[in-house]
Amino acid sequence: MSLSEKKQEIIEDFSMLEEWMDKYSYLIDLGRNLDDYPQELKTEDRLIKGCQSRVWLNCELKDGALFFTADSDAIITKGIIALLISVYSGRPREEIAADDFLWIEEIGLKENLSPTRAGGLVSMIETIKRMASPSS
Amino acid sequence: MTVEELRSRFPALDTNVYGKSLVYLDNAATSQRPFSVIQLVDTLAFTENANIHRAVHRLSSLATARYEEARAFVRSYINADGSGDVVFTSGATSAINLVAFSFGEAFVSPGDEVIVSVDNHHSNIVPWQMMCSRKGAQIKVLDIKENGVLEVEGLEKLISERTKIIAIPHISNVLGIINPVKEICKIAHSRGVPVLIDGAQGIVHSRVDVSDLDCDFYVFSGHKVYAPTGTGVLYGKSEWLENMPPYMGGGEMIESVSFSGTTYARSPQKFEAGTQNFNSAPALVPALSLTAEMLKDKELIVKQNAVFDYIFDALEANPRVTLFGSSRENKVPLFSFSVDGAHHEDLALILDKNGIALRSGQMCAEPLMDRLGVTGLLRASFAPYNTLSEAEYFISCLEKAINMLV
Repeated sequence: MSLSEKKQEIIEDFSMLEEWMDKYSYLIDLGRNLDDYPQELKTEDRLIKGCQSRVWLNCELKDGALFFTADSDAIITKGIIALLISVYSGRPREEIAADDFLWIEEIGLKENLSPTRAGGLVSMIETIKRMASPSS
Repeated sequence: MTVEELRSRFPALDTNVYGKSLVYLDNAATSQRPFSVIQLVDTLAFTENANIHRAVHRLSSLATARYEEARAFVRSYINADGSGDVVFTSGATSAINLVAFSFGEAFVSPGDEVIVSVDNHHSNIVPWQMMCSRKGAQIKVLDIKENGVLEVEGLEKLISERTKIIAIPHISNVLGIINPVKEICKIAHSRGVPVLIDGAQGIVHSRVDVSDLDCDFYVFSGHKVYAPTGTGVLYGKSEWLENMPPYMGGGEMIESVSFSGTTYARSPQKFEAGTQNFNSAPALVPALSLTAEMLKDKELIVKQNAVFDYIFDALEANPRVTLFGSSRENKVPLFSFSVDGAHHEDLALILDKNGIALRSGQMCAEPLMDRLGVTGLLRASFAPYNTLSEAEYFISCLEKAINMLV
């Protein structure tokens, strides 16, 4: 599935979930189904700053593509990072670097989180962008 | 007074969030304000807005009189007449910073010690650390017992020849347990050591009598006791206040100023540099009046006890829930707990979407979180305007949230 198809799929999924409780259930499921994250990768340098709960993000470059794995001690936060990973992991670095991340605005995630949680989401996005930038 | 009558005095309680009625259970952080408080601040802005203690004109005299009447009211409310004075501050935090700085300047030398209890809010820890590092002094920590009460028995051993002051909360903002502050003052005084009590929670849940407690300093914020933000009180015994240097320099705290040397006014003006919060500080009068009314209203007390018992029983009955400060004795309706298998932040987020406002995280008490062995908790804190049906709704939403997450 192409990047734009994947984004469209998520936008459609979210538009079908009217109640916020349903959106949380969706995120909780995503969080539960995220691949196991190795304990030894829970290091200080993989912690995303600015999140209220702890979020670790690991990134590996293989054949020009970025592969992300992550974990969090809070399940909804884990669901949010899982959502980002489902869109971006395995994509070419240049494609991620060039992306506008606007689909996140479209699903209304940010404005429905508390300011501290929204700040955490912004930090997650910034971290992915930084990992994809040519200088990193 | 019925709870409904009381609620009708607090306009913010009618707020809707996400299309649901607000259930406000974050009172230990900020309480809602009654019309009497909101309207007084408004009235003063309309008709008595002039700088205090300075000009001779009519508005200034009215504002000054209003401000000083509020001071006299607070002094009498906490029974400070005869023993000490009331300094208005912007809150408990600024009051503690004032004492830590000024007391430290006057009385603390290298090698001295300050006893700070582990159940303090950061506001009653960090200012002392800052003072100690400036003065070359050190912090000694007073621990709590398993039931969350301060370990009074350990205090005797902790006090040494070098102990200069003891800083404790009247009621911990996490545990909700009323500390035996009077006993602590007695022990401290038998060794010649003064005590500062952080009354941010204490002033809300009890009729504080500083003369009876015999504490040396008592501080509280207005915004937790139904008054506006930016108001606060420092009570200090005169023997200390008169011998402490000013905290900040500026207008109205001086006796005379010249470049060859400045002399300071006496307390409390000495500690009130610059233009004070004369629009809001007088609102402590209606706020504390209502507090006193609520604290003695039999019907409200019965209703609040029912809420307390309901929440305590419900949390205790849930095998996934661990309540911290789990004593029924000497506890106020403030419940901090963890849920096995569910993160406090997830719970708070789901409860928020149900219209329930409560606190999650470390609650500005990291040392206590470490002591309890947790990274954060969920806290529901009740005011007399919270109803039993709100309590029931909270518990049912909490159970649903746990089912979603676990």
